Amino acid sequence: MTSTNKDPILVVVQLTGGNDYMNTVIPYQDPVYYDSRKTVGVAQDDVLPISDDLAFNPALNAVKIMYDEGKVAVINGIGYPCPNRSHFRSMDIWHTCEPEKVGNEGWLGRAIRDLDPQAENVLTGVNFGRGLPRAMALTGVPVASVAVLETYGVLTGISGEQERAEALDLFSRMYSPILGTGPVMDYLGSTGLDALKGADILKTVPGQYQSSVEYADSIIGRNLQGIAKVLTANLGTRIFYTQQPGYDTHANQGPVHGVLLAHLSQAVSDFYDDLKEHNASENVLIYLFTEFGRRVKDNGSGTDHGAGGLAMAIGDPVKGGIYSEFPSMREEDLEEGDLKYNIDFRGVYGTVAEKWLGLDASSIVGGKFEQLDFV
Amino acid sequence: MVSINTDKPLLAHLLRRAGFGATFHELDRYSQLGYEAAVDELLHPERQPAIEEDVLERYFIDWKESRNIEGALTEFVYRMNAYAGGRPLQEKIALFWHGVFATGLAKVLHEKTMLNQIDLFREHGLGNFRDFLLHLAKDPAMIFWLDNNFNHKDAPNENWGRELLELFSLGVGMDGEENYTEDDVKNAARAFTGWTIDDDNVASIPFGKTPWLFRYLPEDHDDGEKTFMGHTGNFNGEDIIDIIVKQPATARFISRHLYNFFVADDVQVPAWQHTPPGDPEAVKVLEEEYFRSNYNIRSMLRVLFNSDSFKSDQARFAKVKSPAEVVVGTLHLLGDFKFPKRGIFEVALGCRYMGQDLLNPPSVEGWHTGEEWIDSGSLVERVNFVADQVSDIAQPGVRAMVDTLLDRAVELDPVSVINECLELLGHVRLHEKNKEHLAGEIRSMLDQRSGLVAGSTEERLSAEKTVLHTIKMIGSSREYQFA
Repeated sequence: MTSTNKDPILVVVQLTGGNDYMNTVIPYQDPVYYDSRKTVGVAQDDVLPISDDLAFNPALNAVKIMYDEGKVAVINGIGYPCPNRSHFRSMDIWHTCEPEKVGNEGWLGRAIRDLDPQAENVLTGVNFGRGLPRAMALTGVPVASVAVLETYGVLTGISGEQERAEALDLFSRMYSPILGTGPVMDYLGSTGLDALKGADILKTVPGQYQSSVEYADSIIGRNLQGIAKVLTANLGTRIFYTQQPGYDTHANQGPVHGVLLAHLSQAVSDFYDDLKEHNASENVLIYLFTEFGRRVKDNGSGTDHGAGGLAMAIGDPVKGGIYSEFPSMREEDLEEGDLKYNIDFRGVYGTVAEKWLGLDASSIVGGKFEQLDFV
Repeated sequence: MVSINTDKPLLAHLLRRAGFGATFHELDRYSQLGYEAAVDELLHPERQPAIEEDVLERYFIDWKESRNIEGALTEFVYRMNAYAGGRPLQEKIALFWHGVFATGLAKVLHEKTMLNQIDLFREHGLGNFRDFLLHLAKDPAMIFWLDNNFNHKDAPNENWGRELLELFSLGVGMDGEENYTEDDVKNAARAFTGWTIDDDNVASIPFGKTPWLFRYLPEDHDDGEKTFMGHTGNFNGEDIIDIIVKQPATARFISRHLYNFFVADDVQVPAWQHTPPGDPEAVKVLEEEYFRSNYNIRSMLRVLFNSDSFKSDQARFAKVKSPAEVVVGTLHLLGDFKFPKRGIFEVALGCRYMGQDLLNPPSVEGWHTGEEWIDSGSLVERVNFVADQVSDIAQPGVRAMVDTLLDRAVELDPVSVINECLELLGHVRLHEKNKEHLAGEIRSMLDQRSGLVAGSTEERLSAEKTVLHTIKMIGSSREYQFA
């Protein structure tokens, strides 16, 4: 690997459940917003304006500070044709860039393959969470999926250190190639050895990490801190992935959504400060996305699945500002009661892949789409 | 020593496929029955006792109150495990159809209605395919999943009509040809207009989520003439199903699915139009039985399980276990969770972590199977799950295996320890090379002795540890990922 610690790094944060776009970036001057959102609307006096018409939810205070420093790109009205309102299917589309047919290759899997075609580093891609997100799945591309860094690994149920070392040694021998056992056994073998190799490297990480930044306690805070530990250990990881669950706010949206955004905002800010302290922030781009926005009209308690969403790019390399138009909320401009997207998400992924990671976008996102200039 | 009964490995193979594996006690019983009688017993789960629902409901009042996807997943896994001993094929066929008629809570958002669909698979999944499809067409979860409640006389919605042909019966094509036209899709959709769900039942308040019901609205049914696959008439949905089940493409499609699930991993379903079956002869036999038996799935499976190709050595361990097979197979081996209790939820989540979120498939196409189950994340989940569970001596099934082995009170050399464990785990296999590796480790645990002895209490404890470690390492192996 030629990778040095100044190679561009991408950290993707998935807001799972369908983040309510219009209550994250609020069109606070538009009466249609307040008419449509009698229950969940955020009062004009409370919002944090970022332009004459748009404002952040007050829970995004920490992100607002970064926005003012020019480190946050707000990408409005992101989506894809014929939006799907099923969580799973829609998330799948965002993961695979296949809105028409069901794909099984993830766009980040393809990016990892292009960054490290020989799969020399089993940690080129690292996910924080249980199970591999489809975005990172691609046959032959090893990705470590870490629930908790400190306890990550194979055969973690064995408590004795010596005993576990011996078991892992045996495991690696039992997963080594055996001539003539066929391609599936070979594949399982190399996958097992990759997992072992990744775990071996990662176990050294917690011991190396030191920071004066204290993360506010939340799921997303813990995951981003885990990412910071691996990132600052300079293991050559280029793509990180994690999720913040809970955005499916059909009911009781007000308090729930605010807490989620506050956790997110503080975690991103803590993460940034941590990287800054380690002199590691200038080559890290944080990218936030969700599977869909929510309906323009609230349902009296929360909001139902909609379309047209929000993405954000955050970090030192980002040219801060507002990108793409906030879609019209007027009745006649809606599509089945939802905002119409005005930038294809594949163009935004393409921007990240090409302008940030230096890869050919079209093979990663499956075609040519309009790109933006936020990086 | 365990007696060497030559047909136990074959019975173990049968039970891994028709069920979730068998314990060594169960294999003793099946071998008394003999292979064909065992097949027959498996094919008739209704002749075996049901779990005691009334007892469950008396002591665990809320156990079926699946108010969220995790609760529904837990109930599904609980039932599979509860029936893995007595009616394994009832659960396996439900799992099979759940993969084919893949419906998901991501959209259905109604747990009881979703679990009712799984019950439909249990009840009719081994029966007549024509009747089964008709039940499926009336299944509320399916109707909602594929938008047939939006399929109106004046505004047809083709979702169900299309998937019925593409994914549930004919398949897109076979032998390189297309199996149906776009007009066939349109007319199938028209024939199912008015097949909807009872609106009154959609509301979940005030009495919790009452299951949705099927309702036929004659006034919303398109009564016009339709041409479908060369036939013309004033067709209703039932007529469409009657035409579908007569097609050779349906015979092929269902036969391939059964082969892929019960015999050996085939290419993924979307490739079937252009890629012939891995074993065309074996599939052809199933196609013939499909017509001979008047579309009877049970008859097809009888032929399948009794076929030489199924019993052959090539078919053994020719499939990568699905996550549900890993989880339920392991639970069954442990003999745990005879009743609902704490921990079952976390265990059930294992399926999700391993990449098979039951009741929430990635799409109507279901899950990709075979080696596509495996990636570095899911493999670590599999290995750790099995290793942790099978080496837990507090589990009755594990205790039984260890005691059975040690009670034989013969000095066992390392290779014999491995062979005994492989047999007790259900006649699983380990490659000779890996047996050597494992034997080396056991030798180092034997502390100067040449074999495992369990005379004194102290020796027995040390021997237990060695056996547990052996079981754990077998459970962690690549070979253990195959069914």
